[in-house]
Amino acid sequence: MTHWIILPVILPAILAPFIVLAARYHIGIQRVLSVAGVIGLIAVAAGLAWATSDGTVLLYQLGDWAAPFGIVVVGDRLSTLMVLLTAVLGLFVLLYAIGSGWDDRGKHFHALFQFQLMGIMGAFLTGDLFNLFVFFEVLLIASYGLMIHSGGTVRLKAGVQYVLFNLLGSTLFLFALGSIYAETGTLNMADLAQRVALVSPEETVGIRIAAVLLLLVFAIKAALVPLHFWLPSSYAEAPAPVAALFAIMTKVGAYAIIRVYTMVFGPEVEVTAGLHGAWLLPAALVSLALGMIGVLAAKKLDRLITFAVIGSMGMVMIAISLFTPEATSAAVYYIVHSTLAAAALFLISDLVRTGRTNLDLTDQPSIGGAHLTAGLFFIAAIAMTGLPPLSGFLGKLLILHSAIEQSTMVWVWAVILTSSLVAVVGFGRAGSTVFWKAKSIERPADAKAPQTPTAMSYIAVCGLLALLVAHTVFAGPMTRYTNAIAAQLYAPDAYISTVLDTPGKLSDAKADDKKGEDH
Amino acid sequence: MEFLVASAIGVLTAAGLYLVMRLRTFPVIMGISLLTYAVNIFLFTSGRLTVSAPPILTDATTYADPLPQALVLTAIVISFGMTAVVVMIALGAYLGADDDAVNDIAPTDAGDSK
Repeated sequence: MTHWIILPVILPAILAPFIVLAARYHIGIQRVLSVAGVIGLIAVAAGLAWATSDGTVLLYQLGDWAAPFGIVVVGDRLSTLMVLLTAVLGLFVLLYAIGSGWDDRGKHFHALFQFQLMGIMGAFLTGDLFNLFVFFEVLLIASYGLMIHSGGTVRLKAGVQYVLFNLLGSTLFLFALGSIYAETGTLNMADLAQRVALVSPEETVGIRIAAVLLLLVFAIKAALVPLHFWLPSSYAEAPAPVAALFAIMTKVGAYAIIRVYTMVFGPEVEVTAGLHGAWLLPAALVSLALGMIGVLAAKKLDRLITFAVIGSMGMVMIAISLFTPEATSAAVYYIVHSTLAAAALFLISDLVRTGRTNLDLTDQPSIGGAHLTAGLFFIAAIAMTGLPPLSGFLGKLLILHSAIEQSTMVWVWAVILTSSLVAVVGFGRAGSTVFWKAKSIERPADAKAPQTPTAMSYIAVCGLLALLVAHTVFAGPMTRYTNAIAAQLYAPDAYISTVLDTPGKLSDAKADDKKGEDH
Repeated sequence: MEFLVASAIGVLTAAGLYLVMRLRTFPVIMGISLLTYAVNIFLFTSGRLTVSAPPILTDATTYADPLPQALVLTAIVISFGMTAVVVMIALGAYLGADDDAVNDIAPTDAGDSK
């Protein structure tokens, strides 16, 4: 049993209190520790991704307790890929926060950042629904602190909405967990997969309610329409680097849906068959349409990006809700793309804000470093709207292709293609207003020259865009890998047997007893 | 006893939801507290209701399921911490804006939030 797989959770968990306790008055030391920690995380995550790339399922039993009783951490292709994505995103966001000085505008940015990473990593790696809840709470409570970082009344007000919405979501999550436990007597995902299959078709009421409740919870995290209302205000008012990190948080919801609804309530499970597919696809289509209409209607640049995030989540959920290996593979490819693109856009909106008094889409004098920022915005907008040649186009193509044999193909194609056009118009209008019209506006004679963002800020944004380009150039190997991920997801027997059959303490005594131990 | 516990969960949930929809921070926080009480009792009952039975596996034929008790303990601690956080943030927002409405009053075109 390798101990490496718990390290993405442990490393930030130790680093964060250390930053608070030992380095709280020294922003320089905090920065060094935080960056070193994230680089370490990338190394570990890359190692884990390499170790699982051949289809191995890594298992770690905490305290050596065997699976249905003890807590397990499981790494397969999908979860290690998501961990690696989080770590890489974390590095660039952190570099931007340091470069732009955001981390010094309030207290404890780096400690909260590390706790946030810990929660996200844990949510990707856990093999247990209750621990998924716990790690959701860890990432949420850190995100509350990050969201109101550096204060301000408007930000606090948006923070209240964000916290209250998520508290309600957590309550719903607990209700879902309670009903699942009442029906099956376990919360371990591998164990659940076996027990749900045993539920007799006559007694499906409880388990169907539980499945739908759980889907609702994950849909809240994934900001699926009509549960998206928390997202625009909170992401727009959060500090830009924080919003960029939050780009991975909606994907935690998408990941949880992929994980639970391929393994536990899979498409072939009789008692819940068709239940989620019937609701998920329409909601996803509406999300995509509404998100892109929001892009067109937005009056501020940061709101525009938040609606683009909702739209891209809709695109991801369309692919997920088809529940075929091909579509899930496309969804994973698009998840990586949309995380990077959304994060880059949020950071670019902050580059714009550096040289402007606000982000309103109105005619204002040109910003500092306008040429470079405009170029970066152009690239990121191409990626987000899914125009060739970047990975958004390829991801969209994969999703369209995976829908071609479905009965819902007409709807999927119509909504995706129309909304893409709407998004192109929306981004085009925003870009031309912010960057081109500014040329013709005279700066007032007494105004100071606008601030230019620091080189490090540009490096962070360019890094994210370079990753997007790499995601496009290496699309071949990448899609082969996402195909392998989907194959592993739709054949969960290896995962289940690894989790349940690995010996540990208690494994020989009453293995079929329902009673659990430590949680 | 089943009726008593079930109606307690129902009444707490209904009262909690009503308060949440008042859209003022104080009633909403009270409502969320009631909802967490409801969910805690609900979690507790998910291991079946047993009276005066030990929560460990012994030779006796009846025992209380210990796992929901552990889950409830975790849920209580988390909801307690979350409530403290939301009270602090709500207080900050109230003192800053002199208004405790949860929803947006008007489109925030009042300027930059920085």
